[in-house]
Amino acid sequence: MLITFVVYVENKPGVLTRVASLFRRRAFNIDSLTVGRTEKPEVSRMTITVDADQDQARRIEASLYKLVNVLLVENLTNQRAIVRDLAMIKVAAKHEERSHLLQLVGVFRARVVDVAPESLTIEITGAEAKIDGLLEALRPYGVLEMVRTGIVAMRRGNKSPAAGPPMGELAEMAPDANNDDPQSV
Amino acid sequence: MRWTPKGWTDFGTEYRKAPAVLLVEMLFLRVFLPKEAFVDPSLPDRAVSFCPCAAVVVASPGSPETALGGIRFSLGNASRKYEKEVKRMLKTGAEILWECLGREGVEHVFGYPGGAILPVYDALKHSKIHHVLVRHEQGATHMADGYARASGRVGVAIATSGPGATNMVTGIATAMLDSSSIVCITGQVGSKLIGSDAFQEADITGVTLPITKHNYLVTHANELARTLREAFYVARTGRTGPVLVDITKDAQQSSCEFDWEAAKPQLLGYRPDLSPTPQEYAQALKLVQDAKRPVILAGHGILLSGAMQEVRELVERTGIPVTLTLLGLGAFPASHPLNLGMMGMHGEAWVNHAIQEADLLLALGMRFDDRVTGNLKTYAPQAKKVQVDIDPTEINKNVKVDVALIGDLREILRELLLRIEPIDCSKWRGYIDRLKGDSAVRDIQNLPDSGHLYAAHVINDLWRETRGGNVVVVTDVGQHQMWEAQYFKHEEPRSLITSGGLGTMGFALPAAIGVKVARPEAEVWVVVGGGGFQMTMAELATLVQEGLKIHIAIINNGYLGMVRQWQEFFYERNYQSTPLLSPDFAKLAEAYGIRSTAVTQRSQVVPAVRSAREHDGPVLIDFRVEQEDSVYPMVAAGAALHEMIRRPNPIVESAEDE
Ligand SMILES: Cc1cc2nc3c(=O)[nH]c(=O)nc-3n(C[C@H](O)[C@H](O)[C@H](O)COP(=O)(O)OP(=O)(O)OC[C@H]3O[C@@H](n4cnc5c(N)ncnc54)[C@H](O)[C@@H]3O)c2cc1C
Ligand SMILES: Cc1ncc(C[n+]2csc(CCOP(=O)(O)OP(=O)(O)O)c2C)c(N)n1
Ligand SMILES: [Mg+2]
Repeated sequence: MLITFVVYVENKPGVLTRVASLFRRRAFNIDSLTVGRTEKPEVSRMTITVDADQDQARRIEASLYKLVNVLLVENLTNQRAIVRDLAMIKVAAKHEERSHLLQLVGVFRARVVDVAPESLTIEITGAEAKIDGLLEALRPYGVLEMVRTGIVAMRRGNKSPAAGPPMGELAEMAPDANNDDPQSV
Repeated sequence: MRWTPKGWTDFGTEYRKAPAVLLVEMLFLRVFLPKEAFVDPSLPDRAVSFCPCAAVVVASPGSPETALGGIRFSLGNASRKYEKEVKRMLKTGAEILWECLGREGVEHVFGYPGGAILPVYDALKHSKIHHVLVRHEQGATHMADGYARASGRVGVAIATSGPGATNMVTGIATAMLDSSSIVCITGQVGSKLIGSDAFQEADITGVTLPITKHNYLVTHANELARTLREAFYVARTGRTGPVLVDITKDAQQSSCEFDWEAAKPQLLGYRPDLSPTPQEYAQALKLVQDAKRPVILAGHGILLSGAMQEVRELVERTGIPVTLTLLGLGAFPASHPLNLGMMGMHGEAWVNHAIQEADLLLALGMRFDDRVTGNLKTYAPQAKKVQVDIDPTEINKNVKVDVALIGDLREILRELLLRIEPIDCSKWRGYIDRLKGDSAVRDIQNLPDSGHLYAAHVINDLWRETRGGNVVVVTDVGQHQMWEAQYFKHEEPRSLITSGGLGTMGFALPAAIGVKVARPEAEVWVVVGGGGFQMTMAELATLVQEGLKIHIAIINNGYLGMVRQWQEFFYERNYQSTPLLSPDFAKLAEAYGIRSTAVTQRSQVVPAVRSAREHDGPVLIDFRVEQEDSVYPMVAAGAALHEMIRRPNPIVESAEDE
């Protein structure tokens, strides 16, 4: 099954390599990995999805914690979370098909971000399934090019480990890999 | 162009004083210092005197700060006294390195110089640390490793960039797999050259990323103190392991202020100190108290956490029999009545049977290596498993356990000992004893002297002769390693140093040098095969140069014996590339000025050992042993633990032990 981790890491050179290398070395297959800034300049945030079972997920979490630069790991699988992927899809658009395409864009609440004589470029943000849906609908017209960012995820509700306490307490907040925190599957 | 004095940054911005204050200061200096002081003869090009100095103030077109800096700079040069004062606060990266090593308690380092690390070597003159010049950087890492394993302290190895650094890779991986705490320091090309394929540039942090616990690239002198403190802290805490610090040449050369206190490690994400919950303790206790056929699996973690006494107390209180991993040998006395011996691929047959029939395995600081478990599908099927380990990633990695207690073994055992009670497993122990009786007669030790020299005899005699002493045996990898594990009875912790996880041939001799440096009062024996010895025998010169008394026992069977054994068992005796030509080791030793003898008869073993011990200096003994002997019992790779290949019958002749 697909497991979603949110990983807070120190914003230092080489940290991405360490995380990626961990998955390679332990022979876990990364499905997607995104990394970006957070509200704290010294912290970066990764969203990683990986195909693994529950036992493997636990080991991945423990392995991530073993990296010195990893501050906090959250397993958001089966959690109330907002999960978003962003895609840009360039689709062939003959003159007579345009109105159909625009209807589709409307139905999926996507946007047209570029118009060219023979094509349209559509931007869509949403859960992966929604993007997959649009993609299927567009295929008959001819998808010329597509790019997806991979998902970013955030827990719903107030509890937000990185937002609350300052950096120093962040580490203390981290669930011990051995305690039975219901949030870490 | 603005005039920016060389070394501008060195003076920092703390001297932001008002010009008036400065002028007063300058006049003061002018009055009270001899005139010569204002011209520094060692720096003719930068020599400035009071007058131009004052002129700078007046004429400086830049900001007041620029002017002040300029004056400070001029004054610094002009007044030797002042310069000295500034210098006291500033250190080069190279000086900081030695200062930090000293403060971390390092007394010895093992290394090999080269261009990119030369500033560090140059600065060694100011340090009290003893540098052991090795013959190959792999040797330096094994020495640091041996040093760490023998002493429980952090071993330090140093090498230059490029080939020096890559030569360390095998030693670092060896330390990684056996959780040995070493810090490797490598020189790197100048920071501006990184990424340009400069001469002797190798991305050693990239190369060693998967084989270090953590590593660092340092490009500025002012990062050095903090990084080194972190490196030592990471290496010796939690699950110990190797850390590499790669330092660019410019970081070694440039200067900055050194402040040890301010460089305290700040590792937000590093969690070396986990501990179990009360519920987990309770679950573990229940499983242990309910057991009828329990076995303790004692591993390397006991030595690493220093839990020997606690383990002993646990065993004696509960009466649970103990078996050890290869790396655990010495953690619990071999002669203790509850010690069953080693488990695993070449472990004792009765031990493996006992594990397979146990109803509880209590794993203490051992990681269920595949050489320990045999086929996982059939491993200890009836047993509940409790694993105590400091590393959460070891839990359920190979063997699924019922309860895991994660944290430092010593602390956890202390907690358990508060509540644990004796359990009755005397019937179970009696059963294991009967298993033992059957196996013991197959033991080669009991073979009468038939003129053949068996490796087992050599090891057994060596053990008898050195019994009770402060002896450390350092073995290489192969058949001799297994015979040592079987026939040398280790009573003391850290008395066997061997490469278990990586199985690195060539480990023994350099590691032994590290052991002897760490523990000069110990009697150090190298037990090594002809193959492994030839991999790192260049370190004989290191041994002699350092004047170390180390005894070397080559178990010379004319083969890459362990591989030959596999060929015999699994490849129809196709001895492809395993017969091994060796030099005359005795002559070789002689060339280094090392005393040596060759032994071909069992009757010569004891006299050779005795004379070596009496000799005041290193001795090499070439034991020419039986060529096609094999290590028994053996669990073939992939076989169930109880399916052992046993010593064939013809060799079982008598149960008489002499
Ligand atoms: C030719 C050859 C044959 C071999 N045959 C055998 C054999 O027959 N039998 C055998 O046993 N081995 C054998 N080995 C060795 C084997 O490969 C492993 O190296 C060995 O079994 C590992 O032992 P270990 O798990 O005790 O130690 P390690 O691999 O060092 O593991 C130590 C464990 O303790 C934990 N730990 C560390 N510090 C602490 C602490 N403070 N508190 C709690 N836990 C801690 C670590 O996290 C780790 O899980 C052989 C090796 C070779 C080269
Ligand atoms: C560096 C390295 N290369 C290869 C091996 C594979 N290997 C394991 S044991 C062995 C034979 C060792 O021969 P020798 O040193 O003579 O010891 P013996 O087994 O004969 O006692 C070999 C080649 C290894 N462990 N390490
Ligand atoms: Mg050999």
